[in-house]
Amino acid sequence: MSGAVADIHADHSEHDDHGPAKGWRRWLYATNHKDIGTMYLLFSLTMFFAGGSMALIIRSELFSPGLQFVDPAFFNQMTTMHALIMVFGAVMPAFVGLANWMIPLMIGAPDMALPRMNNWSFWILPVAFSILGSTLFMAGGAPASGWTMYPPLVLQTGDAFPFLIFSVHLMGLSSIMGAINVIVTIINMRAPDMSLLKMPMFVWTWLITAYLLIAVMPVLAGAVTMLLTDQFFGTSFFLAAGGGDPVMFQHIFWFFGHPEVYIMILPAFGVVSEIIPTFSRKPLFGHDSMVYAASSIAFLSFIVWAHHMFTVGMPLTGQMFFMFATMLIAVPTGVKIFNWLATMWRGAMTFETPMLFSLGFVFLFTIGGFSGLMLAIAPADIQYHDSYFVVAHFHYVLVPGSIFALMAAVYYWMPKWTGHFYNESLGKLHFWLSTIFVNLTFFPMHFVGLAGMPRRIPDYSTQFTDFNAIASIGAFGFGLSQLLFVFIVFQCVRNKGEIATQEVWDNPNGLEWTVPSPAPYHTFETPPRVTSDAAFS
Amino acid sequence: MIRKLCSGVLLLAITSNAFADWALNMPKGITELSAETHQIHMVIFWWCVAIAVVVFGAMIYSLVKHRKSRGAVPATFSHSMTAEVIWTVIPVVILLIMAVPSAELMIKLEDTRDPDLTIVATGYQWKWHYTYQGEDVSFYSTLARSSQAARRRGSGIDPNTVENYLLDVDNPLVVPMGAKVRLLLTSNDVVHAWWVPDLAIKKDAIPGFMNETWFKAEQTGTFRGQCAELCGMDHGYMPIVVEVLDPADFEAWLENEKGGATAVAAAGGELQ
Repeated sequence: MSGAVADIHADHSEHDDHGPAKGWRRWLYATNHKDIGTMYLLFSLTMFFAGGSMALIIRSELFSPGLQFVDPAFFNQMTTMHALIMVFGAVMPAFVGLANWMIPLMIGAPDMALPRMNNWSFWILPVAFSILGSTLFMAGGAPASGWTMYPPLVLQTGDAFPFLIFSVHLMGLSSIMGAINVIVTIINMRAPDMSLLKMPMFVWTWLITAYLLIAVMPVLAGAVTMLLTDQFFGTSFFLAAGGGDPVMFQHIFWFFGHPEVYIMILPAFGVVSEIIPTFSRKPLFGHDSMVYAASSIAFLSFIVWAHHMFTVGMPLTGQMFFMFATMLIAVPTGVKIFNWLATMWRGAMTFETPMLFSLGFVFLFTIGGFSGLMLAIAPADIQYHDSYFVVAHFHYVLVPGSIFALMAAVYYWMPKWTGHFYNESLGKLHFWLSTIFVNLTFFPMHFVGLAGMPRRIPDYSTQFTDFNAIASIGAFGFGLSQLLFVFIVFQCVRNKGEIATQEVWDNPNGLEWTVPSPAPYHTFETPPRVTSDAAFS
Repeated sequence: MIRKLCSGVLLLAITSNAFADWALNMPKGITELSAETHQIHMVIFWWCVAIAVVVFGAMIYSLVKHRKSRGAVPATFSHSMTAEVIWTVIPVVILLIMAVPSAELMIKLEDTRDPDLTIVATGYQWKWHYTYQGEDVSFYSTLARSSQAARRRGSGIDPNTVENYLLDVDNPLVVPMGAKVRLLLTSNDVVHAWWVPDLAIKKDAIPGFMNETWFKAEQTGTFRGQCAELCGMDHGYMPIVVEVLDPADFEAWLENEKGGATAVAAAGGELQ
């Protein structure tokens, strides 16, 4: 190890003035973790608006009963594409972007361990989503079977079918390469004195997430490949007429799908665990128990998948097992919430935009957690299942959950990235608009769901009208508020804001605050010395 | 601006005629088990409310008291074994309290033994087919013509003028009150799900599988539900209507049905 350190010292001067390539080469041939991180973040922002536009088409149609704008077939394409784009195009790449930017800075590494693979894993994504997007213009339209792709329905997809499968393969490939890179970087490239348990929470949650990705993305790839061979090569994995089993797909899909849920939320936990201590001016409460809680959640995520399937007719004992295992997840998740609360307790809090988004996260994610607890109760779940109650639940954990954490992260680290502050008043306005509208959109969905409205329907019975109208108004409000976010980011990138110091915030913890703002193109070519434990808690 | 918008929305909602129809919660339903399901739903809901009061209460207290602008000086603690054990153990206890009645209810829901009547429901894109086992009665059940006409884009018919818009069928499933009805579910094409909230039943109809569930209706009347599993283009247009009759009326209906009366009646209905 010391030999490697000496080598880096020796090379140090030669690399000093090595800046980015000029023009498009800088981006197409990018191997720098900061450039790739930026591309990931911009890509996911683009996808966020693409998926968001589809959500607004859905909400427009659902504003009032009767069909006004689209036909049922196109409506189903919108629900399917909205989900695929938001899950694989917006939330996951955004967290990979943060990982690229921040993990090397937080562990004192000069770059990601595998920079060329990093380039490859990013550039696959625009290709994958171009393929997926192009299905909108194919005969038979885009996939319309829901993002869960249940057979036999998904096999009724038109020309888009093989393109759907291929784009899912590519997304999985990209995720797996990104995850390998994160693991190799974290395991091998930490500053010499940084033991695993001294790592910041964001790095820890990403390490766990990366293992989840490697474990389950191949499962998804396997599932969709079996769909492909069922469709084109005469197999009958999921076709009852040929001796296959349509329910087996659901088992395999959710064996991927449930860890996937935590893939989208664990890095969010990490972000919030960085931000709350900074603005509470107090170290994170129970750092180690946070690590154990995240690890337990990751483990449990592998043994709860069939709670998505309480109505498929599993044996009673199977339903019992999955009910009890699912209820257990509430324990480590509760530990996280309580630890954040204890971090704030007796701190000296200020409420800059990143803190506001983190607090919004804790409040609203907890509401999503409550409905999750209710969904765990199998006999009640039989009523909730596939109703708008479920739609409300998972949007509460994904929008004011994952997306709010992403917003918080961008506001928190943007001064480090650009060297300038964002406009604080506009940031706060963005927070309040987002919070009001996100609740206006998703809270009424609990009510219509309990009252009996199924999900994924283009039109509904008239007793559901009022809450749907409110949800639609909220959705447009939320969508338009995000234009404000783009404006704020654009302003900050154009260096319109106040100049940020090296520390940016009031004495924050972590190595990322020991490099100048904006972070130079190359950082930590010499591994930093880790002086005290406090720097990483 | 926002406040105006919100109050506008609220005002709109309150003055709307449909206000009285607002359903906020799961129905209690018409079977013993639907009442129990409702009960367990309310118990877990109130647990969540209680936890929310404690957690959000503590958080709001902290947000108010422990802010720098009030001159708060940050404490330095970052561990407490006692606190961590407490907030691990308490949730476990609450979960155990919930797990027992949930498991008991699950067992009852799955107990399909000794039915009085068995009906096979088969899902089709996009309608249901019902067969009364051993009774020589079977028929299709599709979306009512009034809804069919109104649902088209540009139909010019206001859905609010259609009675039971999208929740009405030509031939409802008719069952006797007080009888244990076993429902066998399967599908002819893709996965569907048979959901009637008032019966607290939702079960998937899967090609190649025969799923079973049961209910015992305790009051007469008409109860409505929908297909709950995305099954293609017209997934939103295959409702389920269950008509519960007195046993005597049911027997009369059944006698009348034998020989395909429903098909004749349906054809007559179409001519009107």
